[in-house]
This record gives sequence, structure tokens and C-alpha cells, in this order.
Amino acid sequence: MKVPLSWLKDYIEIDLDPHEIARLLTFAGLEVESINFIGLPQSNQRQNQTSIYGLEWDRNDIIVADITKVEHHPNADRLVLAQLYDGEQTHTVLTGAPNLFQYKDQGKLPQPLKVAYAREGAHLYDGHNSGQELIRIKRKKIRGIESYSMACSEKELGISDEHEGIIVFDSEAPIAGTPLVDYIGDAVFDIAITPNMARNLNVVGIARELGALTKTPIHPPKTNITIAKSMQSALEMPKIEIDESELNPRFTATLIEDIQIKPSPYWMQLRLRMSGMRPINNVVDITNYVMLEMGQPLHAFDYDVLRARSKTKAPVITTRLPNSGEKIMTLDGIHRTLDNFTILVADNAGALSIGGIMGGSNSEVSDNTKNVLLEAASWDLINIRQTVISQQLQSSQAGYRFSRGVSPEIAARSNYRAAEMIRLFGNGTIAHATIDKYPRHYVPNTVKLRLSEIQRSLGIDIPADEVISILLALDFSVEKQQNVLHVTAPDHRLDIGVDEIGTADIIEEVARIWGFENIPETQISDLMPRQKNNTLLEKEERIRDILVNLGLQEVITYRIASPENEQLLHDSENGPYVHLANPITPERSVMRRSLLSSVLECARNNSRFQQRIALFEVGPVYLPLLSSSENQSNLPTESQRLSVVLSGKRVSLSWANNQSDSMDYFDIKGIIDELLRAAHISDYTVESGNHPSFQPGAVATLAIHGSQAGSFGVLHPDVALNYDFGEHPTLAADFDLTTFTNAMPNHYTINPIPRFPAIIEDIALIVDNQINNAEVVKSIIKSGGATLTNVQLFDIFRGEQIGTDKKSLAYRLTYQSEVKTLTDKDAAKLRTKIVKALQKELGAQLRSE
Amino acid sequence: MLESLDTIKTIALSELQKTSDMKTLRLWYSTHLSKSSQLIKSLRNLSNVAAKDRPTIGKHANDIRKILEQAYEDRTSYLNKSVESPGHKHIALDVTLPGRSLNRGRLHIATQTLRRIYTIWADMGFQIYRSREIETDELNFELLNIPLHHPARDMWDTFHTNSPGVILRTHTSPGQIHAMQANAPDPIRVILPGMCYRYEQITARSEIQFNQVEGLAIGTNIRFTDLKGTLSDFARRMFGTSTRTRFRASHFPFTEPSAEMDIECFLCSGEGCRVCKKTGWLEILGCGMVHPAVLTNGGYEPKKYTGFAFGMGPERIAMLKYGIDDIRHFWGNDLRFLEQF
Ligand SMILES: [Zn+2]
Repeated sequence: MKVPLSWLKDYIEIDLDPHEIARLLTFAGLEVESINFIGLPQSNQRQNQTSIYGLEWDRNDIIVADITKVEHHPNADRLVLAQLYDGEQTHTVLTGAPNLFQYKDQGKLPQPLKVAYAREGAHLYDGHNSGQELIRIKRKKIRGIESYSMACSEKELGISDEHEGIIVFDSEAPIAGTPLVDYIGDAVFDIAITPNMARNLNVVGIARELGALTKTPIHPPKTNITIAKSMQSALEMPKIEIDESELNPRFTATLIEDIQIKPSPYWMQLRLRMSGMRPINNVVDITNYVMLEMGQPLHAFDYDVLRARSKTKAPVITTRLPNSGEKIMTLDGIHRTLDNFTILVADNAGALSIGGIMGGSNSEVSDNTKNVLLEAASWDLINIRQTVISQQLQSSQAGYRFSRGVSPEIAARSNYRAAEMIRLFGNGTIAHATIDKYPRHYVPNTVKLRLSEIQRSLGIDIPADEVISILLALDFSVEKQQNVLHVTAPDHRLDIGVDEIGTADIIEEVARIWGFENIPETQISDLMPRQKNNTLLEKEERIRDILVNLGLQEVITYRIASPENEQLLHDSENGPYVHLANPITPERSVMRRSLLSSVLECARNNSRFQQRIALFEVGPVYLPLLSSSENQSNLPTESQRLSVVLSGKRVSLSWANNQSDSMDYFDIKGIIDELLRAAHISDYTVESGNHPSFQPGAVATLAIHGSQAGSFGVLHPDVALNYDFGEHPTLAADFDLTTFTNAMPNHYTINPIPRFPAIIEDIALIVDNQINNAEVVKSIIKSGGATLTNVQLFDIFRGEQIGTDKKSLAYRLTYQSEVKTLTDKDAAKLRTKIVKALQKELGAQLRSE
Repeated sequence: MLESLDTIKTIALSELQKTSDMKTLRLWYSTHLSKSSQLIKSLRNLSNVAAKDRPTIGKHANDIRKILEQAYEDRTSYLNKSVESPGHKHIALDVTLPGRSLNRGRLHIATQTLRRIYTIWADMGFQIYRSREIETDELNFELLNIPLHHPARDMWDTFHTNSPGVILRTHTSPGQIHAMQANAPDPIRVILPGMCYRYEQITARSEIQFNQVEGLAIGTNIRFTDLKGTLSDFARRMFGTSTRTRFRASHFPFTEPSAEMDIECFLCSGEGCRVCKKTGWLEILGCGMVHPAVLTNGGYEPKKYTGFAFGMGPERIAMLKYGIDDIRHFWGNDLRFLEQF
């Protein structure tokens, strides 16, 4: 919300630097996001969160001046020559301002026009440029007439974007020669108002906060109303009926007659524009002005339209829910079909406005309006919010305020204030007292605050009289009984709760105004909770560390994906997705079911820039429960997975590696071997597998403790093509992480370092091609017993001399005893046993035989 | 006799100079200092010398032996260092060539930052408590004092799922309720890390998913002064011992009073720079005393228990610390970005 300093000063006498005001408000929870200095000098000090901008006006070069005469330009129809008096001498000023054309060639004006005048050399914004470009006024000839100074528009002075004409002040403006900054110099605070501070969505609210923060009394605007004693021609007042008092607790209406629609005074237009609103005419401007001032949105109906529609002397206005399919055309020209929950203001002929949000175009105030019915009502904030969202009326200032809460108590006061202003600035008459229908009266809320509660929550003792004076400054009323304060919230405070919540609400107010900076810091002295272990998290982090140690880069990808992208994997396991009801883009429309798909996408994006890609991610996938039993919530399972992707060269280009192979199956196998070893998982099996995402024959499945952990191997060429990987094979692994974390032991024991020497020997076996390494090793380990401490495959050979359906596997065996030095005889015995078992179980033969 | 001993010495020393390697040196030794050498023999056969000359000659022969032995030692170490020995050979290496490259792995910068946050809070007695990402409206909003249709809901742009009432959590705050319901009425000190989601356009400054770390302390004597002290301690651990903090009033529906904590800009030490937008301060986290309604919903009687809560964004902290100007880099996973950490 934008608040001009000059407006605040209507209610509070302060002489603080705008920076200091911004700091005070910001620390009290009213974050001043920016200050726009209008003419005023900006001190250079460093400040808060607030950004500072604006144009400083030179005191001597930018002044108030009088235009005394307007003449035509001899060579240009679209320009005029203004005779302008600056307090000392007269200048001829060229201008194309359309609002001067009405005075052209009328001789000396009966009353001079008060304008903003910039001398030669003054710095201004370029009025013809769309942004804010600083320029300096220079002497030049325009169509044969010399020009060296100008009468300014608001845009040129940095007040607003208005550049339709030059500023023409009200006649009360000070005498010619007065520095302009002394007249309308200002600072506009842009304040972010949090939802709990809806009471401060108005200038009076901000003034009240500032008053409490600076211990300065405030003077709220007067709300008296002048009613004409006897008026012959007075119209009859309407009848007001409220159907849904829960949705419309109060409705006030004032009739102002015989008004004159015209522009509002310049000072009001200026304040509206500085506050971000567009002036329209005096009646509309006053409703907006009072809304900005007091926080109550108002609506003006053309009363003659209502009378014409009703066909009776006294129109009947009802607030009610719509009939089925009822429509309204609102002020913004949109035909709207109303939801059944939207509260309407209507007469016998139909809808007049969407209650509290926007009027209908049929009864809008126009240039011909004579009589105005001014509404100030109170509405249920939740109901208004629903309508605002449903009708997409978020831009409505009235809807914004009512949907955050406006106290019903303010309705009548604001109505008086606005009606009185319309009477004054529209030359109208008020003949009848304001109608006030108030079926649901506001009930004051009193909170019992034990002073000890302040110490319990804040940790400090604030003296009782300080607490009381803070609350009084915020318009609370307080009654002290020993150590208890009975605190009654002012009528504008809808945010104060009851019981413990009310207590917390009051303490917050005290702390906020007392100042968080004045509350000291302490260490927690409360009991330390019992500590618990967190093994699942520790194991996950351990797996991350292991993979990093193996040379892999961790990635973290979007968990919101699209089914189309995941289908690139050709995974047959296509289950249902968690669909987003409001996706931001079609590529991010569901919660992912595949982690591998995300990591492959990431590898693909990097492949253009990298020779070697080695990535992993640990993260969840989201699996909706297919059929939940009655008692179960329908939240999906979030299951942690691990995916690895390798692609490209094994080592990066280097002088030291002249040949650089592509990675293959055994690179990913090596990572998985080492991961399992480092995780101390020994009970697992790797078997040849089958998976649509992988190359047939080059894919393995991993089972840990008998549970399927997932697959790894060479990515299927079709899948690789989908991801547009180049000629390198891409290796991938996709695992259920919980099978790893479940199998990782909390404790493990280590083997003693051998005390006796080992005997090492190599054996080469010839086996059938289809026999795999795992089977051979298994057989060797089984027959070798405890003395066989290591088996290592070190050569594979295929060749005609051993037969085309055979292969030779060479193993290095280590024999070692924990209790004695083995003899050659011991070794020979073991070897015989192993070879016999291999022959018997696998038909293997020693190659040397 | 003495002369012949001197001759032996002269010859021996001169021949020693001619030895050129270990082999000739060993040969020299056996000629001049072994048991069969003339010198040692003469020492052994002192009985042949007249008794009165024995001490003189014996001493002289012994001195010569010591001289020769010393000369032998010197020659040995000289030859060891000579050009022929491998240790003396010059190898023409370009020592500036890059070393053999290793494939170093790294944790994602978000994980690195999270772990740093975990460590600091662990030292202060806050344990990690994780909870689910897809949540009910009730847990994400209602139990946190944000009723349906309440204007405070405007503070969170929410991703809804096709199941009514099921949403992507907009903050880790539902974890507060989970932790409270699991622990009531025992005291709590936890941090709640994890991924959160907001319905926003993806830009340099806003993301649809981001990590958050919330913290929660509940007990019978937890006060706003403790909140200030604890969070300032965290800031000093995270950003440097001399880091100053300040607290501004703010609003979160689940805390009251609520505050924003700023730290003095660690890039410019408070002087004002581009990153802190010339303010000298950086907004780091939101915090406050747990709202009584939230305590009640978590199973703690607000008359007896108090607590504080806070929340911070690890990605924002990393952006400030490393000068990352675009939040999209985090989930973009460009290795040219990730490999810089
Ligand atoms: Zn800085």
C-alpha cells in the first residue's frame, strides 16, 4: 500500500526523516519496501530493506507560478504561448498541454492559473519518454519562438505517469515564486501489509502505528455530517433489507442530493495518484479517498437510476444471494454469471452490485448524475474472498480490503465522512439521516492478560505501565487488577482472539511496539530432550558419500515430471501418477514415478558439454496407492530410490591417457560391487536380467537379502536414441534405496590381520561357455573352506585350442591359516579338493592338464 | 719400520684416489685394510719389533689404520654420490605437466549446504526429523492455524493434486505437527529439512521446488529471548563468529510473535554492496514463538508449554555465500555449475 507522508501528517505531528519512519514501521512488522521521494531531498544514509528512488526538485528552479494569459502560437496549431509570472518577472512559455487550450486568446485571465514552473537548467524527467529519463531544460527555438523553460506535467516532476496536460493547482496554491517542494514535496512509502495487519490498509491505521512507535498522539479524521434542516424537494429514502445477516452484518446508506459532478480538487487527485489510483470525478474520487484514508470501501449509486427502476417513490434495496443463473454486468464491462454463494445488492428489478466488490454498470455514477446514494456496508471476509477468486476480481481494491477483514463499526463513520465530503466538494445537500441496518452487532472482546505471561513468552519483564501505555496507544482499553490486565480490543481489531490465543495476540502487540531489538538474547535453559538415533538418514547419507568417493557427481532434479518424458524409458511398469490439478507447464504435470528418467534427462542435457558423465541421485518417487482401505488416508507412497548414469569416456582427455575408452557394463558393475562392499552388504546376488529399458543380455538384476533391489546395465539402444545420446553406450542403474538401507548393518566386525604367511597360486580352468563366473567362484569358495581367503579372477581366454564352446578362466587363490604357517602339502591338498569339486559340479578341467 | 709404514700409507691413499666404483673400492680394502693386508699384519706382528719401539710403532700403525679407514669411508660415500649411481642421475621431467586426472565426485551444492546446516544444529542439540512431501491440506494449512479460505492462504501459492485435499507441501511446517504429535508431551528440539513446492513461474528468483529447513523447540521454558539467542548462535556458526543479527516483526500464521532475522552482510561487512542491495543486511530466516493454536493441534497444552520455530532456505543461503545469481542453476544440474563446488 502506498502512503504519502503529507497525508500521514494530517493525523500525526511528526518531524522525522522519512528513512527513520521507514525503519520504525519496518521493524514493527510493516515492511516499507520503497520510498518514492517526490521533490524532497533524499539523504544518502544506508537504510533497512527499503529501496529509495525519486526526483529531487531544485528549490530555485522549480517553483509555483501564475499563468496570466494564453495565446495561440503563430506557426503551430497544437502549441500555445502562456504568459507566466514567476513572482519577479514574466516569461513566455511554449506548451502543447491540451488543458490550456480552453483559455486560448481570451486575453488576461480573470484568475491566474497556478502551475508548476521549471526554469532553464532545471532537471526533470522527459515527458515524451515511456520510462523515467532525466533531462535538463535547454534553450531552443520551436517553430520560430524561443523556449527556455516549461510548465510541468506530473510525469515530468516524477509524481505520476500523468502527461495528458500540465498541472493546474487549486486556487489556494501559494504565491508565485514559492519553491514547489515546499508546497507539494512528499515522500511516498510503499508498505507491504501482511494478512494479520488488514486494519492498517489505510492511512489512519499507519498513522496509529506510527503514533504508538513514537509515543505521539494521533488525530483521526472528523466524521460529523451536516444534515439540512428542512428541504422541500427532498427525495424519499430507500428501504434497506438484509436477507443474509451473516454475510452482510451491516448496511449504511446516505442520500446526497443535487450534487454537481466535476473533477475533484487537485490536492485530492494528487493524493489518489500518489497512492496509485486514477482520479475519475469528485464522487468516485471521494469514495476512493475515504477508503484509502479509513479502510472502508464505499459505493455510490446513481439514485435516479434506482428510482426509475423501482417505479415507486422509495426503492427497496435488498442484499441477498443470487437466483439461479443470475447475471450482472459490472463496472469493468464484464457480463458475469454469479455463483450461488455471492452476496448481491439488488433492487426489485435485479442485481445492482456484487456486494463489497464491484458495482454494476447500470447504476454507475455518470457526468449527468444528480443524486447519489452512498453505500458503506460490512461483509463476511471469507465469502468475499471466495467471490473474488471465483470471479477473478483480484484487482478490485474494495474486494481486496473486504476479503482481509473490515470492521462493521467503521461503516457508519466512513459513510458520514464521505457523504460530508461529497456535500462539500460536490455542492450537494443531505436531507435525511443515514440509514443504518445493523442486524449483527459487533461485540467487544476483552482478553485477560496475566503480566507473568509476558515473562513466560518473551523472557523479559516489561513494566506494567509500559505495557498499558503501548496498548492504549494502539486504541486498546485496559483495566488493571493487581497482576492481571483486562484488555479490550478496539473495534477495528478483528484479529484479536480469545483465551490463550488472545493472550498471545496481545503479547505480540506489546513486543512489536516495545521493539524486538530491546529484547535480549539468552541460551535455552530448558530441559534438553532425550536424543534418539537416526540410522535411516545416516545410511542414506553414507550411500551418497560412497558414490561420491567412487567419482560420481550427485544431482538433484525436478520431482515434478511428465508421463511423456518418463515414457522415453520404455519402462513397462507404468502405474498411475499423482497428477497436479494446476500444473505450471505440461512438462511438469505429475509427480515422478521414475528417478532414472530424471537422471537420464540430466545426463542428456550435459552430454553436449562433457566427455565423461557419471551421475547419481538419491531421491523419492511418488506412487499412488491403488486401492486404499477405508481407514487409510489416500496419500501416495514416497519411496526413496537410487539411480546412477554413466556415459562417455572412462577418463577425460589428457596427455597421460592417449587412448580413452568409452565406459561399458563393467564400469557400472564396478561401482555397484564397490558400493555393496563399502555398505558392508554381503548377502546379495547379481543375475542376468530382463528389463525393457536395457539392452537384452547386458542387464543384471540385483537382489539384496532376497529382495529385488533393481536393475543395472547397458541402456537399451532405442531408449538411448530417445534421449539422443551419441555413439557412446550409456550405462544406468535404478534401485530401490530401501533394500540397501535395510541391509546395511548397524554394526560389523573386522578380520584380524593375518599372522601367518599366505600361499598364493593360480589355477586356469576350462569350462563351458554358459557357465558364469559367479558359479565358479561359488564352487571354489565352498570347497576351499575357511583357509581359502581370496579368489580373484585375472584372465579370461577363448580360443580354438580349447574348443569354441569353451572358455578358460584363470583365478588367483590365496590360502592362509589363522593358526599356523601352511605347508605346500596343505596347499596341494586344498587345491585337489577344489579342482575335484569344480570338475564334479561344473565339469571344469584344469587347463594345464 | 716407521718409514715403511708411511710408504704403505702414501701408496694406499694414492691408490684409493684411483678407485672408481664399489668393485675397485672393495678390492682396495682387501689390499690395504683386510686381515691379510700389510698394515694389519704389521700390527699383529709387533712381537718382531724391539720392545722399546713397540709402543711408538704400534701407535703409529694404529693411527695410519684409522686414517685409511676414514679415507675409505669418505671414498665410499663419494662414490655413492657419483654420477653413475641412480640417485645422481638427472631425469628430464617437465614438472609443470598436469598430473594424471582423477575422477573426483561431489555432492550437489544443495546437499553440501544442507549438511552444513545439519551439523550446526546437531551441535546445538537439534535432531533431524523428516516427513512426507505430499501432504493433506489439514497438515499443511489448517493445523498450522491457516483455515480454509483464510486470507493468510494468499501467502502460499499451492500445487494441488487431483485428490481433493491433497497438496504438495508449500513449506516443511507440516513436519512441526508430525513431530509434535509423535513426541507430545516430551520436549522437542528438531530441524525439519526437505523439498517444498510452490505454484510459481520458474524465474531467476523463484522456483517451483526448493529445500527448506525448519526448526522447532518446545518445552516448559522456551522464550523469545531463547529464540533470539539460539538463532544468533546459528548465524555466528554459519556465517562467522563476528556476524551481527537483527530481528524485525513479521507475520506467519503459525507463530506469534513472528520475526524475520537479518544478518549483517558477510560480503561487505555491513558496508553495503550489490548483494545486500546497499542495506548492509541480508534477510536469512523467518521465526517466531509457536502459536497457541498450533501447540494445541500438536498435543501440547499452551498454558504449560511454549516453543519457538524458524525456517530458512538452504538454496538462498548458498546463493548468497557463493554469489549464485540464478536459482534455476540448482535443479538445472549443469555440471559446469556443480563442478565448481
Ligand atoms: Zn553487502
